[in-house]
This record gives sequence, C-alpha cells and structure tokens, in this order.
Amino acid sequence: MNDQVFYAAPKTAGVIAGRVFIYGLLILMALYFLLPFIVMVLTSLKTMEDIRTGNLISWPREFSLDAWKAAWGSACIAVECNGVKVYFWNSVKIAVPAVTISTLIGAANGYVFSKWKFWGSEVLFSSLLLGCFIPFQAILLPMAQTLGTLGLSQSIAGLILVHIIYGLAFTTLFFRNYYVTIPDEIIKAARIDGAGFFRIFWKILLPVSTPIFVVCVIWQTTQIWNDFLFGVVFSAGGNQPITVALNNLVNTSTGIKEYNVDMAAAIIAAIPTLLVYIVAGKYFMRGLTAGAVKG
Amino acid sequence: MVSLSIRDIRKSFGATEVLKGISIDVEPGEFLVLVGPSGCGKSTLLNLIAGLEKITSGEIHIGEHLVNRVSPKDRDIAMVFQSYALYPNMTVRKNISFGLEIRKMPKPEIEKTVKKVASMLQIQELLDRKPSQLSGGQRQRVAMGRALARNPSVFLFDEPLSNLDAKLRVEMRTEIKMLHQRIATTIVYVTHDQIEAMTLADRIAIMKDGMVQQLDSPRNVYENPANLFVAGFIGSHSMNLIPSRVVKSGEAVCLIMKTGKKTAMIPIAHNKHVLDSWVNRDIILGLRPEQISDGFPNEAENDQIHSIESRVDVIEPTGPDTLVFVKINEKKVTCRVHPNAAKRPGQTMKLMLDMSSAIFFDPNTELQIS
Repeated sequence: MNDQVFYAAPKTAGVIAGRVFIYGLLILMALYFLLPFIVMVLTSLKTMEDIRTGNLISWPREFSLDAWKAAWGSACIAVECNGVKVYFWNSVKIAVPAVTISTLIGAANGYVFSKWKFWGSEVLFSSLLLGCFIPFQAILLPMAQTLGTLGLSQSIAGLILVHIIYGLAFTTLFFRNYYVTIPDEIIKAARIDGAGFFRIFWKILLPVSTPIFVVCVIWQTTQIWNDFLFGVVFSAGGNQPITVALNNLVNTSTGIKEYNVDMAAAIIAAIPTLLVYIVAGKYFMRGLTAGAVKG
Repeated sequence: MVSLSIRDIRKSFGATEVLKGISIDVEPGEFLVLVGPSGCGKSTLLNLIAGLEKITSGEIHIGEHLVNRVSPKDRDIAMVFQSYALYPNMTVRKNISFGLEIRKMPKPEIEKTVKKVASMLQIQELLDRKPSQLSGGQRQRVAMGRALARNPSVFLFDEPLSNLDAKLRVEMRTEIKMLHQRIATTIVYVTHDQIEAMTLADRIAIMKDGMVQQLDSPRNVYENPANLFVAGFIGSHSMNLIPSRVVKSGEAVCLIMKTGKKTAMIPIAHNKHVLDSWVNRDIILGLRPEQISDGFPNEAENDQIHSIESRVDVIEPTGPDTLVFVKINEKKVTCRVHPNAAKRPGQTMKLMLDMSSAIFFDPNTELQIS
C-alpha cells in the first residue's frame, strides 16, 4: 500500500492556503532575524562613495572587496595600520589552547566527581559550580593581582590561564552530568577486570564522550572567542584579541568612519564562531539533551 | 576446605548498620543464593565480597587468602551485574578479552579463551557486534562470557536476570544452572526472587535487616523455615500462618480451628511433645497451601489428615490447581484444590488438612517451636 496516499491530507484549497500562510510567516521571520547580518554583508561590499550617497539597505552599485582587504591587512587600529589579522591570530592563539585544556581538565574533573566520589567531593563540586554564577567583573581585580604575581600580566599566556580557570566550572559541570548517566556498574565491572583509574577513563569513558566533547568545545570556543572584558583588561597592545581590536577600530575618534571596513572587520571577528556552530550545531543539540534523557 | 569464608562481617554507612554480623562458609563448587527483600543488605554483601566496598569489621577469605585488603582485581573473582555493565564502545570480543589483556595474557591464548567461551554460550556470531546491537538476553550472555573468560575461583552474580522479561528469565535460569553443573565453580548469586533462589541454589541464605535468617538447602528452607519471616518469604503462595490455641483433649494435644460458626479440634500427632508446654496458650500454625486440599491420594493410610468445613470466599484458577481462599480463625487461608473440586464463592466446602508436616511458631519470638 502506498503510505503517501494513505496518510496525506486531501489537498483542498483550505489546506493549501494554510501551508502558504505558515511558510510565508516562517520565511518572513527568518528574513527579519537575518536582516542585520544582510545589511552588514551588503555594507561591507560597498564603496565609501556608495555608502555616503545610498541608503542603508540599498543594493551595492558595484561589489568591491577593498573594505575586506583593508579590514584584514591595512586598517588602522590605534597607531598600527596592519588591519585585524594580527589580532585574529591572537584570538586563535588564545582560544585553541584555552578550549583544549579547559575541556580536557573538565573531562577529568567530571570523571572524578561522578565516578570516584570521595569525602567532601559533593561540597567541592558545589563550590566549583559557584564559578558559573560569579560575574566576570567581580574577579577582575584579584585576577589581575594573581597574574601580576605569576608574571603573566598583559600576556597571551595570562589570558589563556584566565579563560581556562573561568571555563572549568562549565566544562566540569557538562562532563560530570554526562558521566552520571553512565551506569556505575560499568566502572565496577572494569575494576574487577583489573582496570585502574586512568585506564577506565581512557578506554571506557572517553570513547563514549564524543557528544559532550562537542558541546564543551562549541561552548568554550564561543565564550572565549567572543570574550571582550577579560581581553580588554588583561591584555595590551599587540597581544589583544580580535574583539578588543574590533572595538578599537570601530570606536576610533580620528579620520572618517569607514563603515564598510567596520562591517567587514565585524564579520571577520564573527566567522569562527559561526563556522563552529554551523559545522557542529546539530551535535550541540544532541549533546545537550544526551545527559537529560536516558537512552 | 572452603572456597569462600565470610566471618562476622559488619558494614555501616554512616550511623546505619546495614550488615550486622554475617558468617557464611561456602564450599568449593557450591551454588549459594543470597535472597531477601530489597534493603536487606544482600547486594552490599556481594559488593563486599567483590571488594568494591570496604568492610567495617570482620574477615573475608577467598580460598586460603584473607582478602580484606586485597583490591577487586586481585581477589580471583568475576562478577555479573544486573545492568550487564558491558563496555558500550567495545565489541563483544573486546568486552570478553578486556580483562585478559589487562592481565597480560598472551594473544593466542586470549583468542582461544574467547572462542571457547563464545561457543559455550553460543554467542560466536555476535563477537563483532557492539552491545547496543544486542538484545537483553544476548547482553546477559556476553556479560556471563566476560566473567567466564577470566576463569575465577568465585563467580558473583548480582540479580543478573531482573532486567529480562519473564519468559527469557526462566530460560536463562536453566542455562545458568546448566553452566554451573558444567564448570562446577563456586557461585554466589544475589536475587530478590525466591523462585530463582529455590531453583538454582545448593544452599540459600535468606536475609532480612542485615542478618541471615536461615542458611539451608532449598528443601529445608521450604519445609522447615526457621521463623515466620522465612515461612512467609519462601514459596510462591506463602505458607498459611494461622493463629490457633493449643488444648488438651484426653491424651491428645489439639488445635482449635474456627470456621464461621463451626469449631473443629484438630489433633496433633507427629511432634505433639513440642506443644506440651503450650497447652492453653496460642501458637501460630504453619501450613503450606498444598497441605490444605480437597483430598489426598494417601488419605487411607495417613491418620494425620483431618477435615474441616469452611465457606469459600474467593477462588483463583491457576490451571493445574485452583486456589481457594477461606477463613480459619479469622485468618485468610489459601488452599490448593483440584479444579473440579473447587466450590463457588459463598458455598461451603469440605477441606482436608494434612497435619503431618505442619509446623508451629512462637507468636512472640516468631521462631519455630521445636
């Protein structure tokens, strides 16, 4: 039997009109949410002449990549006129180690807090969770002092350290909640089989942790890449991340405002997080719910 | 020589003592079942034997060795869990060989062992699958295979059949029994299901509130329960426990049984001396449902079969027998009668009591009077 014939609703005028309405509304909403981004892209492709004479949502008279080239390589930020590329790579240099290290430590923490509970481990876990709720601003001064003592102030290494420490609360929570759903009996079986603390982690838990790794990496990458406050406070000059550089570029008070260059720089700053979300987004949803529903 | 010796084991979690001094000796090749209601401490005891939890006081010996301070992997045990606890990322083959690899068994020997175990449990075709691709029964087999491969001196089973459906559970029960007959290794098996306990065990330890209530063969546990708890726990229709008064009528010691308006005096013959000191006091009579029936084949030669009449309250046909519920001394009593003999609810029925294996309990201490 043909299921399609069997189950499809009869195509009356009312049904078709309903469909058109629903899809029309959805497309309209999608456009509405995409509008700011569309304006950014269009503006970044216009010439300054075009921007001055046209209006915000008009179609570019000619497409030009000059603004992108300028944003990447020659726009002036503070006194240097080398574009955002240096700062883009700074952000990469900060995000990659910070994400990797905070995720790995989070995995190890989560493993201990879920499978090797010790006296006081619940209290310790709860206090670690406080880290999720402390506002960034509250730790700026003590953190600056700590970095100074360590000799890491105004350096990329210092910024990495801050992000690792601040990320641990979240990554630990993610991994702990994920590992709690893995039955304790598997750990007991492995112990009887002769596996120790590290072997159980490497051979049994890590291989089934892909979903939560994806969640953690997306979360941490987004957080660290988009961070502005820590960047502006704990780094200076050539060590600043792209978010700070973008601010300095856009908020400059000298010369004419080159909107096309600003837009291009903003998109460049947003591309990595967009990419991460587009590539791994569906795993993100899956991973977030993996802990919640058993199965 | 004993295979496993548990000596005065105690275990406390904080202020609550869950095991209150347990001593059991298990002989080599014996199948010991720990049975009891949930919370009786049976699984805790198994975890202590495995070394997954620390004992508070007491000693555990496996073979010749005191293992109190020995880690689980060095205790020469293998364990099968209720949730199977297979490693989800490994194939069946890897699940079975994981423990052997850790123990640095040579590769060819591992392969041989895996093959042997797989053929013993008929899981050869499953070796390259992941646990998620297996059914519950297959997972259970793999879990047993993993334990078998290790060839330990004691197997520990923690409610291994509880997650299976009823039919599969009965099949696997028989298989476990056959397996035990083949390998003849000591097994300690935890269950809350008294039928599993009866069918599998060489000896049953019935536990309640962290204490062993009785440790005996299935038959003895059934026929000669040590106390009211064991009498009520063992048997799929519990033993009838009827409060009765002991009286003396001439030379005979009798029990008074009221059914509605009628009162019967049932003489006790087989062990009447035990009730001598109980004359004119109340005891609790223990009679299995099959000892109250419409008639017995050996009625003529057995002079301890007596009849009473009672009104039928409810009947439950089970197929081979029909269960008839009546009231004796105001207590609901289950009788197992032939389907043709069962009367309808409300009618009066003549029932025969076989008193030759009746047992008596002290209503205060709840212990059997002997």
